Amino acid sequence: MIPILGLAAGVLLGLLFDPTVPLWLQPYLPIAVVAALDAVFGGFRARLDGIFDAKVFVISFVSNVVVAGLIVFLGDQLGVGAQLSTAVVVVLGIRIFGNAAAIRRHIFRA
Amino acid sequence: MSTDQPRPPSGPPDDDVVRHPFGRGSRGEQPADDPADVPATVQEPEPGEESPEPAAAEVEPEPEPELEDESREVRASEVQAPAPEPAAPEAAGTRIRARRRRDPLAAALIGVLTLLLGFAFAVQVRNVGDDPQLAAAREEDLVRILDDVNAREERLREQIAEQRTALEQLTSSGSQTEAALEATRQRAEAIGILNGTIAAQGPGLIMTVRDPDRAIRVADILDAIQELRGAGAETMQIDDVRVGVSTAVTGEPGDLMIDGRPITSPYEFVVIGSPQNMETAMNIPGGVAPRFTSRGGSVEITQSDEVVVDALRPLDTPQYASPDTGD
Repeated sequence: MIPILGLAAGVLLGLLFDPTVPLWLQPYLPIAVVAALDAVFGGFRARLDGIFDAKVFVISFVSNVVVAGLIVFLGDQLGVGAQLSTAVVVVLGIRIFGNAAAIRRHIFRA
Repeated sequence: MSTDQPRPPSGPPDDDVVRHPFGRGSRGEQPADDPADVPATVQEPEPGEESPEPAAAEVEPEPEPELEDESREVRASEVQAPAPEPAAPEAAGTRIRARRRRDPLAAALIGVLTLLLGFAFAVQVRNVGDDPQLAAAREEDLVRILDDVNAREERLREQIAEQRTALEQLTSSGSQTEAALEATRQRAEAIGILNGTIAAQGPGLIMTVRDPDRAIRVADILDAIQELRGAGAETMQIDDVRVGVSTAVTGEPGDLMIDGRPITSPYEFVVIGSPQNMETAMNIPGGVAPRFTSRGGSVEITQSDEVVVDALRPLDTPQYASPDTGD
């Protein structure tokens, strides 16, 4: 319940304030969002599996975001930022798909 | 431990001998403690040889329980970590309690994190939604778009310059119009003064002509007017009748009229112009003033710095003539 409320409140706040993203953050924000989404999906799946642990969720959330940002940062430094961003998005996307499939099995038994 | 245990049962030496080999120090102690026993031990090589075997057999069980204890502990620790349920229900219970105690903090953290995620999500979506065309465009397209924008900027700048020039022209022409209007007004005033349509003031003189014999003629008045004009009179009035370009002096001596309006003696000339010049012109021998006096009249001239000519003539609107536009 709390995560849903938090998400809704965050979206509302974002739409309400509509801040401009600082230039240095622009390459990292989408990656960070995708990484956080991956963590959220994983947490949802763990919850359905009955093995949800708040500590694991918080740490995985933060570390996901940080690692994804670091990878993109490294890629920027090496001149392959766009490609590494794509790689991160692909990997995270695959994970999200896997988690989504597990969630689907839980919910629809199929 | 091992050294203390064997000592009380000192009776069976074999046991002592057997046990001690495992503790290195015990062998050294044995000969020192019981030197008399040494030959006995030496004399019994067989039991000594035999003894190690059972000793070893006996010893083995001793370390085993220690090992078992260790292994049990290790297993217990291993078991507790991965799967708390089978290991100890008490520990699991405390852990669950601990989790429940940590719940508010974890919930707050989760709430904050998801809030951040939602915020970042919305911001990112809004940000991307700002200009999806540009974000999706390729580099060459972007360069082309930049060129277009630059060209447009240049055009707009040129337009600004043109508009600014036009504004300047309009402003200056406005001032020109104003100047022209001012000049026209001044000319209209000058013409009005000359024509007698507006009142005038300035330095001049007042000439009073008395005609007791009623002998002054039209020609005399006319000569006076001409002479005054010749001396630089700009405008004048005679007995409150303005004299203009088309003024006519008519009538018989004694019943003179100017523009059809009768004047009576004394005739008062109010003239604006150079007072000295006009007085001199009046007093020329054989001129206007001597002729008035020769007709039996008298002339009195008063110079003044400030005379007012306030009689007005109606404006003669030309019926046939119209301004030449110069085309």
